[in-house]
Amino acid sequence: MIDTLVPIFAATIAAGTPLVFAALGELVTEKAGVLNLGVEGMMLIGAIAGFATAVTTGNLWLGTVAGMAAGAAMSAIFAVLTLNLMANQVASGLALTLFGLGLSAFVGKPFEGVSLLREGAPSLPLLGDLPVLGPILFRQHYLVYVSWAVFAAVSWFLFRSRAGLVLRSVGESPDSAHAIGYPVIRIRWLATLFGGALAGVGGAFLAVFYAPMWVEGMVAGRGWIALALVVFATWRPARVMVGAYLFGGVTIAQFFAQGGGIAIPAPFLSALPYLATIIVLVVISRNVATIRLNSPVSLGRSYRPD
Amino acid sequence: MPTAMQAATPTSPRIELRGITKIYPSVVANKDISLSVMPGEIHAVLGENGAGKSTLMKIVYGVVKPDAGEMRWEGQPVVVANPAHARELGVGMVFQHFSLFETLTVVENVVLALPGKPPLGPLAQRITEVSERYGLPVDPRRLVHSLSVGERQRVEIIRCLLVNPKLLIMDEPTSVLTPQAVRKLFETLRQLASEGCSILYISHKLDEIQELCTGATVLRAGQVTGHCDPRQETPKTMARMMIGKDLPHPQHGAPNVREPRLVLAGLSRASPDPFGTDLQDMHLSVHAGEIVGIAGVSGNGQQELLAAISGEEPLTEKHPILLCGEEAGRMEPGARRALGLCFVPEERLGRGAVPRMSLADNALLTAHRQGYVKNGLVRFAAVEAFARQCIDGYNVKCGGPQAEAKSLSGGNLQKFIVGREMLQQPKVLVVAQPTWGVDVGAAAFIRQKIIDLRNEGVAILVVSEELDELFEISDRLVVIAKGRLSPAKPIKETNVEEIGVWMSGMWPDAGDAEHRSPAHEEAHHATQA
Amino acid sequence: MQLKLETRAEPSRLMGWLAPLFAAVLTLIAGFILFSALGRNPVQAFYTFFVYPIRDLNGVAELLLKASPLMLIAVGLACGYRANVWNIGAEGQLTLGAIFAGGVALYFYNSESPLVLPLMIVAGAIGGMLWAAIPAFLRTRFNTSEILTSLMLVYVAVLLLSYLVHGPWRDPQGFNFPQSRQFTESALYPMLISGTRLNASFLLSIAAIAVGYLFLNRSFLGFQMRVAGQADAAARYAGFDARRMVWLGLLIGGATAGLAGVGEVAGPIGQLLPSVSPGYGFAAIIVAFVGRLHPVGILLASLLMSLLYLGGEAAQMGLNLPSAITGLFQGMLLFFLLGSDVFINYQLKLVRASAPAAVAPLGATS
Repeated sequence: MIDTLVPIFAATIAAGTPLVFAALGELVTEKAGVLNLGVEGMMLIGAIAGFATAVTTGNLWLGTVAGMAAGAAMSAIFAVLTLNLMANQVASGLALTLFGLGLSAFVGKPFEGVSLLREGAPSLPLLGDLPVLGPILFRQHYLVYVSWAVFAAVSWFLFRSRAGLVLRSVGESPDSAHAIGYPVIRIRWLATLFGGALAGVGGAFLAVFYAPMWVEGMVAGRGWIALALVVFATWRPARVMVGAYLFGGVTIAQFFAQGGGIAIPAPFLSALPYLATIIVLVVISRNVATIRLNSPVSLGRSYRPD
Repeated sequence: MPTAMQAATPTSPRIELRGITKIYPSVVANKDISLSVMPGEIHAVLGENGAGKSTLMKIVYGVVKPDAGEMRWEGQPVVVANPAHARELGVGMVFQHFSLFETLTVVENVVLALPGKPPLGPLAQRITEVSERYGLPVDPRRLVHSLSVGERQRVEIIRCLLVNPKLLIMDEPTSVLTPQAVRKLFETLRQLASEGCSILYISHKLDEIQELCTGATVLRAGQVTGHCDPRQETPKTMARMMIGKDLPHPQHGAPNVREPRLVLAGLSRASPDPFGTDLQDMHLSVHAGEIVGIAGVSGNGQQELLAAISGEEPLTEKHPILLCGEEAGRMEPGARRALGLCFVPEERLGRGAVPRMSLADNALLTAHRQGYVKNGLVRFAAVEAFARQCIDGYNVKCGGPQAEAKSLSGGNLQKFIVGREMLQQPKVLVVAQPTWGVDVGAAAFIRQKIIDLRNEGVAILVVSEELDELFEISDRLVVIAKGRLSPAKPIKETNVEEIGVWMSGMWPDAGDAEHRSPAHEEAHHATQA
Repeated sequence: MQLKLETRAEPSRLMGWLAPLFAAVLTLIAGFILFSALGRNPVQAFYTFFVYPIRDLNGVAELLLKASPLMLIAVGLACGYRANVWNIGAEGQLTLGAIFAGGVALYFYNSESPLVLPLMIVAGAIGGMLWAAIPAFLRTRFNTSEILTSLMLVYVAVLLLSYLVHGPWRDPQGFNFPQSRQFTESALYPMLISGTRLNASFLLSIAAIAVGYLFLNRSFLGFQMRVAGQADAAARYAGFDARRMVWLGLLIGGATAGLAGVGEVAGPIGQLLPSVSPGYGFAAIIVAFVGRLHPVGILLASLLMSLLYLGGEAAQMGLNLPSAITGLFQGMLLFFLLGSDVFINYQLKLVRASAPAAVAPLGATS
């Protein structure tokens, strides 16, 4: 029993990692009051930028950095539109996703079918030899450990640091934050860039380490799921982690179910993550008070200091 | 750059403004304004709504940058770059619409406005010390959204006091307080002044300024119209400086009261909003031909009560609200309007009117029942005529029916909304904050229109935080506190003192379920009728 | 001297109409730069992309054929967007429309009744509405964001179609290809111009524009939806039922998307395939915005977007560029539009850096 479950859990962690990156990034962005619906587009651009760089330079880490930079660059477009030009955040986020779909497909054409050497996941010394936990937790790609570090850093930043308090105050009431002298637009810019960078890393992880290959539209809704996760987590990092691995598990479960010969047509199993997203959203958002108490009050609203 | 540390001669003013000017695309907010405040002086900046007081204070605090002019701090020219810089100089500001963060704790709110990174534990200790010293009790660990309005103001004041300010700016601080709390605040301010702190006190309430301030600068339409010592003036002379003429007073005849039109018969409801107030067992009846005023400090259930009456948040039961004899508790706003209810809400932009729509469209918003929709299509010409009728009949200064609601001044938009509701021949009119943020002329106009409508036999309920206003227009008064309603009292049998005590929830037999107030009795008669 | 945005006293109506033109021009300029950067002769590339596809009647017919679903969906979405109901799952609703219509066509496979096509149209609209009803129900009942649910349902719809054409509805004589049988004559839209692929579904789209105009700009319900979209507290105050607005916004969008799905399977495709749309449901979002959520604007924007599709195909053949360039142009168009919109409410002012701002030692706040 354990023998079959261990690889499932290990695969779950890997499958959840792109969501961890993207959702933690979006969480920080939203905590500053910015709703960036372009996560899917930023992940796609991160994925193709990472993959293309990794293929051309042969350096996977360079690929990851390129993915991060590309994601941040995408979010910068969004930031200019919504923070400087006061465009509607919902529409701009959609535009970012549509643009990302188009641009990644265009740039990615030459890379379709190109293969990247699969990087074996290293086993951490000592920890990797632990029974059960070792193969599940400590024989992952380095980026998985990075994602845990990001989780710790984001949690500390948001709830233990003064800068995090300022960021939350901006998301809470930009008017008040401006009145007591914080640079609202600059803070929102930084939060948006951070979200874009992490979405880019998430995409790069997907294309460079997880898949590893480039297929048009390969993010396949993970960006939207990451957005849903932030709501599901009621804007708390620890719950984001739980949610991301839950979804990783749902994704993995379908492969094992198909492999295990369960008599459900494949498309229905493939639909599970999307249906699961809807279900968790319903469960969490039916409690209006919870959402009201936890969501950043100014989320999605433009702000212009006079 | 001069800093607060530099010694200043005792005779130099703490702050001096020279020729401050700020121009917005649609309005000149401040023009060539000069004033000076000495150490330990409580200086009033007096002016009616829209005179430019708040803009001037934001300039002093570094939130807004002036287009021209000079500012001197303790004799040295200074350019305030931003609020942090202002605080460094020793300027503190208590905003009219508080700059607090609801989901953060008191101590987190305080730390956000302090320089450096003080640890939260000792800071909480300091907050308690300061709050005790100045008689401003507040628990530093509570979340701000759980605080009353008065407590929130204390947090703002404490936040300023922690940095030992040399100048404290108070922007309309008393609009959210009971008369007793105002007195308490004045004691604190006097204590501060005696310690050498200068205070800039922004207000449009003449009696308060007379009681508290030792110097005053009067603004009108963005310009200084005079400096004076309020102790040497009468409210009448200051009013002249403020509005250029005598304060108008509405004409009020004896009421001709008829049948009850709006009855609350045990209205209770738990607020669905975690930041809201629960309503408890409210009884009240408003008769045709009378004006009933509801006094109270904001945040005591006014919003919830109004939403329950208007139908924006219908109840789950029918019987607690009777509208023209019908049980209306569960009705949607449309059904209640069909029974003859009209309603002027507190927020003009975004609720009473759609900011980005024309006045004609905004007329259609609630007046569509007057035959302006035919076969599902809008009769735009007829709507426009109605909008024009509102504009002409209520002296609305605007660019015509196609002008956007957002382009109107607060007073003009309020006149338009009041006109729109009054022209629909209501049987019951509910008005929230009829003159909030409205200039004196428009306020007098609106109050007179409300009284005229009462003389025509309409039942009118007015909810206001301005006690003076309620005493001016109401026939009877009730007080709302902590989600409960006091008994009603005829205006002639009560006074500001008594109502002030009631506003803190202490009316006779408050909380005694056995007690039957007169309003309670009436409600029962009405239900049986 | 520096450039500064200043709030206009009144929003500019002129800019409201000029902004889409600005956006189109900026997109063209960006395209010019893009083609040059890709080493193509930009003038020739422009010709290939924007002129060559519509050089003859057939080209124009193709333009209208592709504009047809775009305008149809966009006008439906505009109803919702005006009420702040963000249905971004039109692609899924289109797919369901195609499935429902396809089901009818396959069920009446050998029928020559003239009622088959009307039945398909009704079924397709119902299919799209059913799919849109899910987010509407979840939003009104459980307060769930329709943005995310409608989008998730796109993936589910596509997988459902995939299941059908791989399984129960697969053409028995189709050599195991994932596709249904070819629909018979009675299940296809009649042609409008012989020798082209333009069919009668285009008339339906034009009719939708007209009805959309009446509904959005003249009807009281359309007015209520605008109020709900611009100020929900005002809508509640006036007694407009917010739930009804959500239902209407989603159902109208779902119905038009479903109809667009019928137009594809009963039009140029003529059968069910794993993919029945090259992203019309998403492109229509852009059309709705570029068209200012106004039916006339949508009509014009749909033609532009259709040209981008044709241009992409032409670029693939004539310029050896991936047809995905279409998506790139679409995205840029929307970006430029959103950016240009700033001039509706703000104007650029050249201001002298004033003395106070210049000495700010701690940095300006904006």
